[in-house]
Amino acid sequence: MSFEPKNAAVKWVEDRLPITGMLHHALYEYPTPKNLSYWWTFGSLAGVMLVVQIVTGIVLAMHYTPHVDMAFTSVEHIMRDVNFGWLLRYMHANGASMFFIVVYLHIFRGLYYGSYKAPRELLWWLGLVIFLLMMATAFMGYVLPWGQMSFWGATVITNLFSAIPVVGDSIVSWLWGGFSVGNPTLNRFFSLHYLLPFVIVGVVILHIWSLHTSGSNNPTGLDIKDKQDSIPFHPYYTVKDLFGLAIFLIFFSVFLFYAPNYMGHPDNYIPANPLVTPAHIVPEWYFLPFYAILRAVPDKLGGVLLMFGAIAVLFALPWLDKSRIRSARFRPIYKQLFWVFVADCVLLTYIGGKPPEGDFILWGRIATIYYFVHILILLPLVGLFEKPKPLPASISEDVLAKKPAAEETANA
Amino acid sequence: MTTTTPVGEDGVKRRDFLYVAAGGLGAVGTAAAIWPFISQMNPSADVLALSTTEVDLDGIEVGSEITAVWQGKPVFVRHRTEEDIERAEDVVLADLRDPQPDADRVIKPEWLIMVGICTHLGCVPLKGQGDFGGWFCPCHGSHYDTSGRIRKGPAPSNLVIPPYEFLNDTNIKIG
Repeated sequence: MSFEPKNAAVKWVEDRLPITGMLHHALYEYPTPKNLSYWWTFGSLAGVMLVVQIVTGIVLAMHYTPHVDMAFTSVEHIMRDVNFGWLLRYMHANGASMFFIVVYLHIFRGLYYGSYKAPRELLWWLGLVIFLLMMATAFMGYVLPWGQMSFWGATVITNLFSAIPVVGDSIVSWLWGGFSVGNPTLNRFFSLHYLLPFVIVGVVILHIWSLHTSGSNNPTGLDIKDKQDSIPFHPYYTVKDLFGLAIFLIFFSVFLFYAPNYMGHPDNYIPANPLVTPAHIVPEWYFLPFYAILRAVPDKLGGVLLMFGAIAVLFALPWLDKSRIRSARFRPIYKQLFWVFVADCVLLTYIGGKPPEGDFILWGRIATIYYFVHILILLPLVGLFEKPKPLPASISEDVLAKKPAAEETANA
Repeated sequence: MTTTTPVGEDGVKRRDFLYVAAGGLGAVGTAAAIWPFISQMNPSADVLALSTTEVDLDGIEVGSEITAVWQGKPVFVRHRTEEDIERAEDVVLADLRDPQPDADRVIKPEWLIMVGICTHLGCVPLKGQGDFGGWFCPCHGSHYDTSGRIRKGPAPSNLVIPPYEFLNDTNIKIG
């Protein structure tokens, strides 16, 4: 199906730069499985959040000063003096959490429905690259207000690299631009915090390009076989995504207007003091599972390696999962393991936010071990021994088999 | 699908109404969301708080001038000589591009207080230069007289008189 512009001006541009046709193809006629549930809304929500973060971020940069003596007060200036500054800053700070919420749900959706399997391995990889870039961006953004948590978060995270044998200390000193976290560190973090979102935009374009090459996965995990299985993206999924966005914005607004500091730390309203570390230092909630893995290992280098390993193993997922069935709907054992894995990740998040003492250490270790056991051992084995449920012949057949009665009343 | 939607007597379908209503609400919502992003670029509260400047006139000799700063702009505070005042008052108004009697430009004739920004394109004019004994803008050659009125060159109007008041004989508040 090719795009034939009716407007003469559009046609003139189209003959020279086929951008309208490309957008028409991507947002209008893109054949989409007709059975996508609301779990498929989180991709577009993540895209919206990226735009929200970039727009609010550009605006905040107009009022922020990246200098150790002025950063903290410039943030207070935004909160008190700048017109709607409080709104813009809270949008940006809570927006980061919202971005991670939708991205985590998007990732777990992919895990449940096997969206990482062939031919979508590269799509999955690009998604993980976006996730890594997001973590780097969020970390550096949290340093900018130059409060106590900013400073000590920056100190702890950059010190992770000191675990590298031989060159560790040189690398950390290079990252800092000095012998401790200071003004050069703040300046480069600001520069990179401004740059990386645009790198993310680039990788998102590749992610969507790759998605549109393979087509969207769907709750059955089956490929689109004929016209009966798909519907055009517009208006069906534009409207569905818009409705999902409206609901999500209500959720966002609850935090934004009623609990804007719920996901932050009170200590970050104390200006950075390089001589005193806060008593209880924890990262933002979206880093907690990885922080728990870091602390589970009683060895500096081992902890750092295992933490990065927790994300590295996700890259190998398409080859570790031996099952050729994508959707957990037809995989009775994997389905249960998936929910155990979700519970394990929730447990890691909880442990990551607790002080490293008493039973929390033991539970942190158990949860860490299970995380890797699930991915490296259970996933390959289940794929080999599990007996899948019978698959429907097509997406269309599955949809019709589900609700024959409802379908008839709608047509009446 | 559309055949099952009821059509009103005027040919308007329920769907048409919903379409326009949803679009209208969306437009209002979008405008409300954009508002803060536009508004944030306006002067912030701390900038607005600096909107007045007080100047001590004591010590400014007859015939000399100081430059005060008001809202980030230079303000010329000139202690005019009798000669300056005479020259400014003797001008035939019909000769002026922006006719304004000298009396309308001062509160006390010996004190001329005006924003030192050329009304052409915003440069700061130099004192004591030009053909009329007042100011001369080096950027594009505008000549101002001893009352700060435009006499020659590209500027369209006289140097602006800021709002100010005498707090007492030797102190003024600009703004």
